[in-house]
Amino acid sequence: MNVRDLRLLTGGEAVAEAMRQIDPDVVPVYPITPQTPIIQTFAKFVADGAAHGELVDVESEHSAMSAAIGSALAGARTMTATSSQGLALMAEVVYIAAAMRAPIVMALGNRALSGPINIHCDHSDSMLIRDSGVVQLFAENAQEAYDLTVLGTRLAERREVMLPVLVCQDGFTITHSAEPVALLADTAVRQFVGDYEIPHPLLERGHPTTHGPFAMPDYYFELRRQQIAALEAVLDALPELALGYEQLSGRGYGLLEPYRLDDAERVLVALGSATGTIKDAVDELRDAGEPVGLVKIVSFRPFPAAALAELLRDVPSVIVLDRAASPGGAAPLRAEVASALSGEGTRVEGHVYGLGGRDLHPEDVRDVFAGRVGDYVGLRGEPCPV
Amino acid sequence: MSRLKTLARREAGLPPLAGGHSLCQGCGIPAVVRTVLGSFDRPVVVVNATGCLEVATTRFPTTAWNVPWVHVAFENAAAVASGVDAAKRALRRRNALPEDQEPAVVVFAGDGGTYDIGLQALSGALERGHRFLFVCYDNEAYMNTGIQRSGATPFGASTTTSPSGLESLGKAQQRKDMTAIAIAHHVPYVAQAAGSHWQDLSEKVERAAAADGPAFLNVLTNCPLGWGHEPRIGIQMLDAAVETCFWPLYEVVDGRFRLTYEPEEMLPIEEWLRPQARFAHLLGPEHADVVAGIQRQVEDDWEALRSRCRESERPMSRSEF
Repeated sequence: MNVRDLRLLTGGEAVAEAMRQIDPDVVPVYPITPQTPIIQTFAKFVADGAAHGELVDVESEHSAMSAAIGSALAGARTMTATSSQGLALMAEVVYIAAAMRAPIVMALGNRALSGPINIHCDHSDSMLIRDSGVVQLFAENAQEAYDLTVLGTRLAERREVMLPVLVCQDGFTITHSAEPVALLADTAVRQFVGDYEIPHPLLERGHPTTHGPFAMPDYYFELRRQQIAALEAVLDALPELALGYEQLSGRGYGLLEPYRLDDAERVLVALGSATGTIKDAVDELRDAGEPVGLVKIVSFRPFPAAALAELLRDVPSVIVLDRAASPGGAAPLRAEVASALSGEGTRVEGHVYGLGGRDLHPEDVRDVFAGRVGDYVGLRGEPCPV
Repeated sequence: MSRLKTLARREAGLPPLAGGHSLCQGCGIPAVVRTVLGSFDRPVVVVNATGCLEVATTRFPTTAWNVPWVHVAFENAAAVASGVDAAKRALRRRNALPEDQEPAVVVFAGDGGTYDIGLQALSGALERGHRFLFVCYDNEAYMNTGIQRSGATPFGASTTTSPSGLESLGKAQQRKDMTAIAIAHHVPYVAQAAGSHWQDLSEKVERAAAADGPAFLNVLTNCPLGWGHEPRIGIQMLDAAVETCFWPLYEVVDGRFRLTYEPEEMLPIEEWLRPQARFAHLLGPEHADVVAGIQRQVEDDWEALRSRCRESERPMSRSEF
């Protein structure tokens, strides 16, 4: 990597650059903080002739995803972006996009759900559509947001997958923070993603097809099972595509990323930008002789349960950090990890951190490893007065 | 060739909407759909909002559609159509869609999917100027879920959520004027039509198809179950709506209003109300004033519409359009 090939880009700009290089046919958009820089940057690319897609300025996120389904099924490569309330508004249609096997790629700038209204990061928006059947990949930084957008485009369109892919990046922490990002050559990206091809698009002549029919108890279950299988197919398809991407970029990706697990006795599991902070803390603690490590989950949906169990089987203590709560129940990532490790001898505990954009500091991570925090990391005044 | 022969010829072989669907006996929807689709001289792609038409024609693994058809949800048919239209433009630009193979985008939605839950998506798509025809089959209530009031339900109609009773005359509010709302978007073509007047409907589809931009057609469509009329008199019911001027047939082309049919003599509103069970509670002598009020409203609306049509006969300045 030559330093001159690096560009100083925010995560939002990096994804917009990926979109320019992919050059999708249709991009229905609706603004919402902190995603807006993505669509603004892309809109300028279109205005300047650097990208050629149809930018459709719809009147809501619900319509953004609806228009995306229409164009993706019509036979046009389609991308969009959203955050938080926007995802909540389009949630109904996100489920349907997965059910209709529309390979839409969507950038998600993760942001806390209202209320109270807030614009900063947590993962409650992603978790809201956890069970929608879409792929959710989490980036640690701007470079990963870029790479996963390119990779995600191929993944979405794989015949055995054919599902929406959400590339999630933490709002502000990634979307608005400038970092050095290595971009591939435009031609390399075009070649990697190839042409958009789906079976029997609506605009195909001579083969009229019915998309989105009505299914009663005699077929609904089987159709849902097919969707589940399609999402599970990502567990094989993503690592395979990532190999090709690594040859192109020198950057490898997997469903998850183990970090300093050799002889680890205490391992954190987390998603998103916090994993960068955790890596620094792990390095410091390892230097001090502490047997700690990290597993970063890249693919939250599908969840790589078998791969995680394989990695953590012999680890005595696993600590899950969730950036979303499930009031009245186990936080989503913790529930996932506990399920993956059930039957193993591993002790799984969990903490919720960072709701509404509260930062996770390296000292917080050290406190977590040291067992000095309760259920919530960085929460003031516990127990809370109600 | 006569229009009737043309429509028949286009249905020969594989009709766009085949029989065997499960719409009710006497339902007005299939005749509207067939007339609309038969009036296109080029291929079509159909976008369908959730509703009777969707449910009754696509029970998996069967379909009654011989044209490309897509349904996503209830409120977003116009947004889905926006995406299909954008895809068309994108494919055309990269020479992946020859112009002679380019299908027209036609939306079918009921009044729920148009007047109410679908209004935002429709408004957005009209404002953005997508090239599509939105057809509302307006049967004046949520019939698919069992006859609940909608924004299209007329004053006084009894529905399951605006039932008549000792303390109720049925729906207490006026319906909204959806056609006027569409007109307010300054789109090139808007019209009202009725399933009874198929020739008028067919001509309107042709003009809508030729429009350089969005077109909106509001088509009064009878529902035997929801209106409470005998299945065999559906066309007569729609005819009564037109002859009483309850449902005027008109079009607005580039902002100019024109009546496409004018009854020789406006029939009294009872001709429209009487055969329908949903209005039966209004027809006793104790509610003569209510019926007289409906009559006055129809006359006022008709006069206002005629006045708009007369105004359109004089040359318009640019600022008026």
